Formats: sequence, structure tokens, C-alpha cells
Amino acid sequence: MSSTTPRLPGTYVFDAAENRRGRALNRLCGSLKDAGNRERFTADEAAYCETYGLTAEQRDAVLRRDWNRMMELGGSIFYVFKLAMVDQKSMQYLGGVFTGMTTEEFAQALKAGGRNFG
Amino acid sequence: MTWGLATSHVPSIGAAMDHGKTQDPYWKPLFDGYAPAREWMARHTPDIAVVVYNDHANAVDMSVTPAFALGTAESYRVADEGWGSRPVPAVTGAPEFSDHLVKSLIDASFDLTVYQELDVDHGLTVPLSVYCPDPGERWPCAVVPLLVNVIQYPQPTAARCLALGRALGEAVRSFPEDLKVAVFGTGGMSHQLAGARAGLINQDFDRMFLDAIEHDPEKLAALTREEYIREAGSEGIELIMWLIMRGALGPRIRRVHEAYHVPASNTAAGMVLFENLSR
Repeated sequence: MSSTTPRLPGTYVFDAAENRRGRALNRLCGSLKDAGNRERFTADEAAYCETYGLTAEQRDAVLRRDWNRMMELGGSIFYVFKLAMVDQKSMQYLGGVFTGMTTEEFAQALKAGGRNFG
Repeated sequence: MTWGLATSHVPSIGAAMDHGKTQDPYWKPLFDGYAPAREWMARHTPDIAVVVYNDHANAVDMSVTPAFALGTAESYRVADEGWGSRPVPAVTGAPEFSDHLVKSLIDASFDLTVYQELDVDHGLTVPLSVYCPDPGERWPCAVVPLLVNVIQYPQPTAARCLALGRALGEAVRSFPEDLKVAVFGTGGMSHQLAGARAGLINQDFDRMFLDAIEHDPEKLAALTREEYIREAGSEGIELIMWLIMRGALGPRIRRVHEAYHVPASNTAAGMVLFENLSR
């Protein structure tokens, strides 16, 4: 069995290389599970990004809440979701963003049996 | 080894229980589906449950990614995942039993990472709540956490998971004390949280898996990681953890109950309960 990371359209496959690429971003998002860090982040988001050594692109994606871009820059959904929770956004909200739907449309697609890909 | 439970561990299933929403129209079908399994398990309380699960960026960060890890602590705190800890009891461990499993499994050439301290997140506590919705002050059994890397590619192969389960079953049976042990395989079913394929649900694959986990686990062990990710989604690969549960059971099992429901938040939710007939 090959361990070449699969390339599947519309799917992020998080491997060790992605882990390295997204490390600062994921560390920042992961830190937000602590209330004190959430306060520090909320008080000055840009400064908080500086302390975690984000690249300029990662910082901009965080500040603009560009969830798709965060994923493209090595974000792991389990970390990025912690930033969404700070904004009180649900996983269904993110599902809508990732698929170009409103939260309601995404939730309805799931209620109707989910999205099917052949 | 008395029984094996496979169940999804979607956080919102725990939240629905914690916030009294189990009778809401959205959640009622899911929890109604659990009811017969819960009744049966309440009459067959184990002394120890081995819960196979994965952490979700709570106790384990990505600076280290153990393929397989086992908890050997006396107790495990419930993790704060960013919205406060779930209002459920701390988890009591079974350190001597854990030590035995570590020795047995490493002797069997499964090189486990060992956790002496571990906060357990929804991956472990939601399955416990699926088993026992109202634990009161304490869970009805001690717990041994068995963690699997399902987040970072390459995950362990499905075949390796089935083999680990078989070794786990042998390790449990060789423990000198006469204890009743249950094993939980958690996570799955089809789901993908991010990317343009987010919201993927493949009911055909899930139904096939629910059937084959009983009758033909070798068929599931032969699937590649790419097939799991393609068919069940990038997070649907969590299904490999069900194979550890299945491998731990003996050759003779009986399906007590199964349930399948779409959706639980962004995913399909599955459950299947097996009684182990070969002790």
C-alpha cells in the first residue's frame, strides 16, 4: 500500500508536510481553547498573530476570517474550528462557507440526506 | 470481553444531551435509535471499558502524533475544548489493567505510546454518554483510553487496526483477574468537515460498513486509506477505529442492535452493538 498522500478534489488531506506548513496557524487556533488566550486574542488580534509567528498570508486569513484560505494555508479543521468558536460560529456555518452555501442551505442539504459525490 | 459498541462521537450529540435537547424533533430519531442498545447495556455493565477514540486538538497537539497510544492513569479529567468542560463526571482509569495491556500489546509488536496524564475530549466522553446517558456522580465502569491517529496522514492502515484489535482481545483475555470488559470503537460514519466536499454523506458505503463489520471485517481491513477518504470523507476515515473493536471480539458474536441516522450536525451517525459469545 502506497503512503503517497491522496489528492482528492474538494478534500484537504492533512499530512506531516501540511502540519509543518500550517504549524503557526494551528498553534494559534489551538491556543484559543484557553479563556485567557481568547481574551488576549480578542483585545488585539494582530498583535496576537505576531506572537505566534504567522506568515503574512496566514495572519490576513485569520484577521479577515477567510476560512477557505486558512485551510489552503495548512490549517487543520480541528484547530481552525476553535477560532470559529470564538466567533460563536458553528461547524454547519463553516460547512456553508466551504461549499458556497448559506448556513441554512447547508443544514438543509444535510437534513435531506447529505451531499452526494457519485 | 462481554460486548463491543461502535458509535459515532459527534460533539453535538453530547451537547444535545447536556442541554436537554434529546426530545427535540431534530434529535429525537437519533436518540430513539439508541434506546434498545442502551437498555441492553444497562443490564450488562462491564467492570472496564476500553474506549478506542481520537483526540481533537485538545489534550494532544500536533507537535507529536502517536499512531497508537494507551492511557495508564488512575483518572482522566474531562477536557475543556474551548467552550468549557462537558458537565459529565471525570473518568476513572484502571492502571493495573492498562499496564497489562501495554506489556501485552508491545510484546505483540504494537509499539504503543503511553500516556500517564491525559484530558479526554468529546471523542471519549460522547461515546460514554451514548452508553450511559445519566451517569450521576460517576460513570458505571472504569475506562482505558486507546488513542488512534486518524487526523494526520498516513493514519494506521485498516488492516493494522483489525490486527491491533485481535491483539487487544488476547491481552484482555490473558489478564489474571476475572473482569467483565467492553470495548468501544468510536468515530465515523461518513463525514467531511472542510473543503468543497464538506457535508459528504455516502449512505451506501455506511450501510455496507455496518453490515461488513459483523460478517466480513477482513473486507473492511483490505480497504486503503484513500478509499476510506474518498468514500467516507476525510473524517470518515475514523471508521478504522471500529475495526479495533471488532478485532477484540471473539469469532462468535451476536448483533444486539444497530442504528443509523442522518444528520447529526455535519455527519452521519451510526451505532452497532455486539454481544461477544465466545468468552
